[in-house]
Amino acid sequence: MRKKKTGMVKYGKYGYIFSLPFAIAFLVFQLYPILFTAFIGFTDLKGVVPGEIHVLENPFENFQQVLTNPVFQGALGNTFLIWLCNFIPQLSLALLLTAWFTDRRWKLKGQGIYKVLIYMPNIITAATIAILFKSLFDYPVSPVNDILVKVGILKEAHNFLIGKGMARGLVAFIQFWMWYGYTMLILISGVLGINPEIFEAAEVDGASRWQVFWQITIPNIKTILLFTLVTSLIGGLNMFDIPKLFLLGGPDNATLTTSVFIYNQAFSGSYLYNRAAAASMIMFFIIMFFSSILFLLLREKDTDGKAKYTGVSKKSEKKGGEA
Amino acid sequence: MADEVKEQSNADVSEQNTEKTELAEGKKAIRVNVVADKNAGAKNFIVKFGIHTVCILLALLSIFPFWIMIVNSTRSTVQIQEHALSLIPSTYVIQNFQILTGKSFNPAVGLLNSLIISTGSTLLTVYFSSLTAYAMVAYDWKLKNAFFKFIIGVMMIPAQVTMIGFYQAVYAVGMTNKLSMLILPAIAAPATVFFMRQYLYPTLSMEIVQAARIDGAGEFRIFNTIVLPMMKPAIATQAIFCFVNSWNNLFTPLVLLTDSKKYTMPIMVSLLRGDIYKTEYGSVYMGLTLTVLPLIIIYLILSKYIIAGVALGGVKS
Repeated sequence: MRKKKTGMVKYGKYGYIFSLPFAIAFLVFQLYPILFTAFIGFTDLKGVVPGEIHVLENPFENFQQVLTNPVFQGALGNTFLIWLCNFIPQLSLALLLTAWFTDRRWKLKGQGIYKVLIYMPNIITAATIAILFKSLFDYPVSPVNDILVKVGILKEAHNFLIGKGMARGLVAFIQFWMWYGYTMLILISGVLGINPEIFEAAEVDGASRWQVFWQITIPNIKTILLFTLVTSLIGGLNMFDIPKLFLLGGPDNATLTTSVFIYNQAFSGSYLYNRAAAASMIMFFIIMFFSSILFLLLREKDTDGKAKYTGVSKKSEKKGGEA
Repeated sequence: MADEVKEQSNADVSEQNTEKTELAEGKKAIRVNVVADKNAGAKNFIVKFGIHTVCILLALLSIFPFWIMIVNSTRSTVQIQEHALSLIPSTYVIQNFQILTGKSFNPAVGLLNSLIISTGSTLLTVYFSSLTAYAMVAYDWKLKNAFFKFIIGVMMIPAQVTMIGFYQAVYAVGMTNKLSMLILPAIAAPATVFFMRQYLYPTLSMEIVQAARIDGAGEFRIFNTIVLPMMKPAIATQAIFCFVNSWNNLFTPLVLLTDSKKYTMPIMVSLLRGDIYKTEYGSVYMGLTLTVLPLIIIYLILSKYIIAGVALGGVKS
């Protein structure tokens, strides 16, 4: 430790005192709810006014029910599919823009304004964006139908929101549209953190842009890329606002994600808290698995001593947005 | 003799000739280079032009949906039915607003509740996260490292997976529909603590803290009067993102709040999805605009700091 040991022991108790509010709030508002959720998963808790709670004879009944429920399986599939369909183009475009914006020979002008506008959708309320896109693609009256008919691509208004593939594609597109700017900013800051001498050396050696990008830029931002992947995946697993409000999980459950499934089980009419809790715990373990990768990553970075706080998206936790 | 001279002159000539050809070649080479440079310049121009075109298209893609939304919020439902796409605003702002607020959408209530929750949780998050971070950087205590690892470990646990237990617990003590249940949990924000700790670790000078101790300042006062002001840049960044996250949060309020007087802005927005607004196109766009416009204006004012904040390490929270 770079700090002097003297005087530290005497003041040590303040370490506990100052982290106490955090610890208490964490216990009450996060740890207890997690444990309680896990417990509910083993019980018969359901109904509008829940009565006494009993642990089920077969404690794993809810878990078995959820795991064999085709709707949940479908929701899990949708969640991964929608995430994948948004993440691949998202990362590709973010990488392309990063390569353009950080090019030392081009010194692209107007970057500031591009960044501001490209990032903008990310801070807008996802609930609003979901309903806005519903209005933009609606049937029969919507701006998209209007222009397609006017230009002559369509003869008459088409119902875009009725096809399953199209619905999933649109949810993926909205997620992509909201998040590629964020990913781009993270990657740009990663590239700017690379020692410029490496690039200079490559330029002197006459490396082409293509070579510089694949052989210098990419290997040097590997950690950040992995980080982006993991945070986006965890965010994507919690996707809620867009699929919930855009098409209410439809058509025919095509855009039903696991978060929407959990919400619907518990809070929209069926009051199956125990099933919802079991589904929550299944998602919890999936997320903890990916989270542990992140843990190892951060710990490694920290022991480097050069700990530069790389992207941690809590937005994704709260909003269920990042994907 | 004569032969020799001749030979020599021949040699001279040949030398001159080679010189000439070398010169010519040199000139040619230079010319080729110039042409190549011109080619490269032109190519560079075309490439840059292409890049700017793509960037402008992407920027338009970001603006366009919001532009349509704002324009349509000024148009009557009949106008929208005739032509849903228009770039020119109309004059039905007041009518749309009246239809909108004549039903369940109450922007004043939503705005007030969202302001209370977002301001409250932002203050709690930045203050207590800074305090916790300070505890981890300034003091030596046994559980410090374990605590830090724990924070990294729980950082990614999303609200969604703990909600059933949280709701049941809140319900059991009769605290649903209390805004405090959406504010108080902000005291424990692991990701913000992590960020603050990473910021404070290299910046905190223990000499200053020691000097303050010698002057007789208590630990708590040192934190409030010396450390907190030092953390301003980190606090500003975190405050912006915390506020935005809280403002945009739909899931938790949607679960906890059933009383329409307690609805937040995102819940108000979700009402626009309901059947009562099904054919009121103009007023739906008006409702959406009311929630987006303040955010866009604030964003454009603060964009420099927000973009820098994301880049600072992409910590968003």
